[in-house]
Amino acid sequence: MLLGPALTVSVILFSLGVAGVLFRRNAIVIFMCIELMLNAVNLTFIALAQQLGPEGQVIVFFVMAVAAAEAAVGLAIMIGIYRHKNSLNVKEINLLRG
Amino acid sequence: MPASVGWVWLVVAFPFLGFLVNGALSFVRPDAKRAVSTVGVGVLVLSFVTAVVVASAVFAEPPHGHAYVLLLWSWIPAGTLQVDLALQVDQLSIIMMLVVTGISMLIHVFSIGYMREDPGYPRYFAYLNLFVFFMLILVLGANFPVMFIGWEGVGLCSYLLIGFWYENRPFADAGKKAFIMNRIGDFGFLIAMFMIFRATGTLSFASVFAEAPQVFEVGGTTITLITLALFLGCTGKSAQIPLYTWLPDAMAGPTPVSALIHAATMVTAGVYLVARSNVLFAMAPVSSFAVAAVGAATALFAATIATKQWDIKKVLAYSTISQLGYMFMGVGVGAYAAGIFHLTTHAFFKALLFLGSGSVIHALHHAYHATHGHADAQDMRNMGGLRRFMPWTAGVMWIATLAIAGVPGFSGFFSKDEILAMTFARGHEAGAFYVLWIVGGVAALLTAFYMTRMMLYTFHGPNRTGTEEQGHLHEAPWVMTGPLVVLALGSVFAGALNLPEVLPGAGWLHHWLEPVTEGSAAYLPAMHLEGKTEWLLLGLATVIAAAGILGAWNFLKPARLLPASEAPPEHGLQKLLLRKWYVDEIYDALVVRPVMWVSDRACWKVVDVGVIDGLFVNGSATAARAVGWIGSRLQSGRVGMYVFFFVLGSILVLRAFLR
Repeated sequence: MLLGPALTVSVILFSLGVAGVLFRRNAIVIFMCIELMLNAVNLTFIALAQQLGPEGQVIVFFVMAVAAAEAAVGLAIMIGIYRHKNSLNVKEINLLRG
Repeated sequence: MPASVGWVWLVVAFPFLGFLVNGALSFVRPDAKRAVSTVGVGVLVLSFVTAVVVASAVFAEPPHGHAYVLLLWSWIPAGTLQVDLALQVDQLSIIMMLVVTGISMLIHVFSIGYMREDPGYPRYFAYLNLFVFFMLILVLGANFPVMFIGWEGVGLCSYLLIGFWYENRPFADAGKKAFIMNRIGDFGFLIAMFMIFRATGTLSFASVFAEAPQVFEVGGTTITLITLALFLGCTGKSAQIPLYTWLPDAMAGPTPVSALIHAATMVTAGVYLVARSNVLFAMAPVSSFAVAAVGAATALFAATIATKQWDIKKVLAYSTISQLGYMFMGVGVGAYAAGIFHLTTHAFFKALLFLGSGSVIHALHHAYHATHGHADAQDMRNMGGLRRFMPWTAGVMWIATLAIAGVPGFSGFFSKDEILAMTFARGHEAGAFYVLWIVGGVAALLTAFYMTRMMLYTFHGPNRTGTEEQGHLHEAPWVMTGPLVVLALGSVFAGALNLPEVLPGAGWLHHWLEPVTEGSAAYLPAMHLEGKTEWLLLGLATVIAAAGILGAWNFLKPARLLPASEAPPEHGLQKLLLRKWYVDEIYDALVVRPVMWVSDRACWKVVDVGVIDGLFVNGSATAARAVGWIGSRLQSGRVGMYVFFFVLGSILVLRAFLR
């Protein structure tokens, strides 16, 4: 039920996330786009769990836990970078250039 | 095999033991000269005594057909190549063994006196012991590779001892020259070994010589190439044309070394090799003739140079080259016993001459040392009249001179005459042998001349050493004159080993060596002279010797000779001879300089700097850096780029999975 529209929404969300990561410059926005992709995946899991059993729902909790941890670490890194560079533009964060 | 023949390994082992002990002493206790002398000479005495015991067992029970072979251990067991470390005791090797150990022992004793004040005393004896060890390996080895160990080992010791006073640059260079020229010869030896193995599948003397008649055809290309390659080895080791120029330079070493290595033993190794491989050489008439011709040419060429040298050791060096030429003439015409006979007698009288010259140089060196003079202690123009100061040395050296000049009754007369007689006997086949015979005769005349010249200038006439120095000239101590007297006895009586056929008790050595040379007899014409011819040749040899000696005695006036510092420069032929026909200069221009030029311009500046350093070493680094640069462009440090490639990669992976 509603599997097709759910997956469609998921694909749209995921693609938006990818595009945001690829083309935005602000680290916070990139970060939010990553969260968007994670949630798109979560939506896929939920939608498919209706047919394939409850494991998908369990995994969604794992993903949310990891995303929360990631958010904590990622925001901490961004605060560190901002203190260092006074900017969150990823174009300027290229210390590892070969 | 008689039980005591099994002790032959001791003959070899004793000198090696001496080398180890003296080598250790040279590091630990360089001042313990008494211990060094005791060990150095003691091991030689033990070795000689053992050699005599072994030899007497062989004399009592000579091997027939097969030589006694003492297998020590299997050295190279590699498939069909089986090389054992084995010692061969037969009629030929015991003669060589007795000559080597006997002469070495006397020269070791002489060295105690000669080298007494040298700071490198233990090192000297260590090298000398090591040399005897390798020389015995050379003559006792039962196959080509074992002989080659000895062959290389004596070359090494020769190098070490020529450059014994290595602080002196020209002396060290002389050592290098000897080593490098010997390497050219060794290359020939190696090639010959490869070819022998390829043809016969074995390298031991017994099997090679037994199979040679089946494997090779007489006068064939293979056997000719093998024997020519072997002879190339001989020309290096035994100082024949064209590789002889190292030997006169080798006189830079201490005089007893010149006596032992560069006169009596090592340089005769080539003659031994030809005599040992007599079957191979007899099957290759072209090579044999080349051996004889090179020998005759060397005999004459070196003799001409010897007539005009002023350095007493240089005279003897060229004399040695000349006499080695005779030996090669002997083994080249197929008179193997005659070659070994001359080797034996030559070992006595040439060792005596060198040691005698050592005694003279020792005396002059001390005289100049005492007065702080700087004149050359080896230049005959600084000698003269020494018989009044050193009667023993003068006496024994005259004996050796008469022996080498070929005065009847002395050993050299019989051995040299036999070689010339055998060469003459083969004149029936080809006139070329008569030419060799004439060349040998002229060389004999020159030999008598230059030896008498040397004796006249050294021991007769007024003394030119210097008035102040005369008070310091004196005879050598008994430890030096003793060996001289023993060698003098040998120089007189060694001729009895092989008297001419017309005399009673003739040809002992010839018959003794027959089991060794019988394999080659089938390929050689019978070399026999009628009694009348033989008497005629003996008479002619006497006339030649007398002419040479009396000619020198009458024409040379030692009284008119000036000391080296006042002597006028030579001109014309004299200068040509003094400068040794400019052979060293010719070699320098034709070989040394081109090699240096190619090494410098091509090998160093193009191949080494350009190709090795430029292309390989720096080139690979540059290539790695260039590839790395391309990779490093991806490491932009921009997260967007990384993610782009990540996404791109993910899409490609998914595509691959979903297909």
